[in-house]
Amino acid sequence: MTDEPLLRVSALSKFYGSRVGCDNVSFDLWPGEVLAVVGESGSGKTTLLNCLSTRLLPSSGTASYRMRDGQFRELYRMSEAERRFLMRTDWGFVHQNPADGLRMTVSAGANVGERLMAVGDRHYGKIRATAVDWLSRVEIEQDRIDDEPRAFSGGMRQRLQIARNLVTGPRLVFMDEPTGGLDVSVQARLLDLLRGLVTDLGLAAIVVTHDLAVARLLSQRMMVMKDGRVVESGLTDRVLDDPRAPYTQLLVSSILQV
Amino acid sequence: MTDIATYNFAYLDEQTKRMIRRAILKGIAIPGYQVPFASREMPMPYGWGTGGVQVTASIIGPDDVLKVIDQGADDTTNAVSIRAFFKKVANVAVTTDTAGATIIQTRHRIPEHPLTAGQVLVYQVPIPEPLRFLEPRETETRKMHALEEYGLMHVKLYEDIAKHGRIATTYAYPVKVEGRYVMDPSPTPKFDNPKMHRSPALQLFGAGREKRIYAVPPFTDVVSLDFEDHPFEVQTFDQPCALCAAENVYLDEVILDDHGGHMFVCSDTDHCEKRRQEGHRGHLAPEIHLASEKVEPAQ
Repeated sequence: MTDEPLLRVSALSKFYGSRVGCDNVSFDLWPGEVLAVVGESGSGKTTLLNCLSTRLLPSSGTASYRMRDGQFRELYRMSEAERRFLMRTDWGFVHQNPADGLRMTVSAGANVGERLMAVGDRHYGKIRATAVDWLSRVEIEQDRIDDEPRAFSGGMRQRLQIARNLVTGPRLVFMDEPTGGLDVSVQARLLDLLRGLVTDLGLAAIVVTHDLAVARLLSQRMMVMKDGRVVESGLTDRVLDDPRAPYTQLLVSSILQV
Repeated sequence: MTDIATYNFAYLDEQTKRMIRRAILKGIAIPGYQVPFASREMPMPYGWGTGGVQVTASIIGPDDVLKVIDQGADDTTNAVSIRAFFKKVANVAVTTDTAGATIIQTRHRIPEHPLTAGQVLVYQVPIPEPLRFLEPRETETRKMHALEEYGLMHVKLYEDIAKHGRIATTYAYPVKVEGRYVMDPSPTPKFDNPKMHRSPALQLFGAGREKRIYAVPPFTDVVSLDFEDHPFEVQTFDQPCALCAAENVYLDEVILDDHGGHMFVCSDTDHCEKRRQEGHRGHLAPEIHLASEKVEPAQ
């Protein structure tokens, strides 16, 4: 652990006209830390995630990222070329719907290899070997490497998307409802896998979810959002076991007990 | 031809030609970059070479000698029609002789006879965007060109090797021009790609329907994309041309009957005829004497 954060976010706001997307969000993210952003639909979590990953530009506020050379760069002042380069090397983005994050008409191997080729890898054998390795790490059988993701189940697609994002060894991964739309047993396997990968690779991650169980399993720290504002933040266990804000109390007590 | 006066020289009006020349100059200044231009309606359907015809019309002068080929042949409908078109609207000399032409408009081939400095090769291009079938959004592909993000192009080649064990793309094989822009060389066979590299002739590409012009200036690096362990290679043929016995040329398969009979002949008809005049004979060459190639002078 270094003594400097990986990402510094300060007073980030995004307005859609007079409507609030997210308002005055500030936090630091440390290397290897998983931060969960929870809240109900429309609370601004996805807007926040899109702003942080530079897919959206915020209305005001700053976010600086510590590059591999140790220098902080302000994300919204980088050129588009630099941002896109960051996106496909040092960052990952796992979409809720795998079809948004994968190329559905090219094979699984090419999906994993695309980032390698994008950063200049030009050796077919090595790219393929890396793809095989990553498929096995996300528990996809080797003989599926030349199949298109269209032929994959929902859970496999999501695991493929994760492999595709992690192949360049990113330091920060954004995840938008990574287990959304999967049935519970598949969710459990995926969470197990994600937890393992995050620990093994020392990834920092920002996970947006409305599922408190996912937040509890994956994250060390969490932020609760409502109407675009952060109503409570703290260690995940503390927030879930001892919620202070009335809204968090409501959220925690709304979990269905089986 | 008496009705030349009823057309502006080379069919297009002068303002249009200026506009197209500007696009061509910009294309030459940025090799491989697709320059948008205001493509005009031409008296022929899209897909028949409207882009190439507009480029030719903008650069042709009364002293030029025009050759038009279609899949290498001077005598197919498209080639004959376009040649006749310029004979009529520009009253220029036309030829089938590669070496004697100053402008060669081509569909899908580069002549076998090496081009020389001062010649202009005009390609008819159906789809100028090499990334089109990988990324359908034009806004995105233009951004990818601008930021030099070409990883996706290799994804296509990766897919080829994964599916077929080798790079199976045989035409419209993507090239990188002068180390910068990835370009579609139009649907020429990849056999012709090496001829584009450091060619002394100016190469202009016109896509009428897609409204794009791009160019490769003389002596420009044109490198076919590949993998280190799967290098670029051209097609090879295991038999020579059946008519002129030429080797190391691009051959077309011609079906002779409905019992499976076929032969391979030069796709470049001018090259084949010249060789036969020189006395080269393939195993299926007829005994009859060939009519010599004609240069039709301007009238």
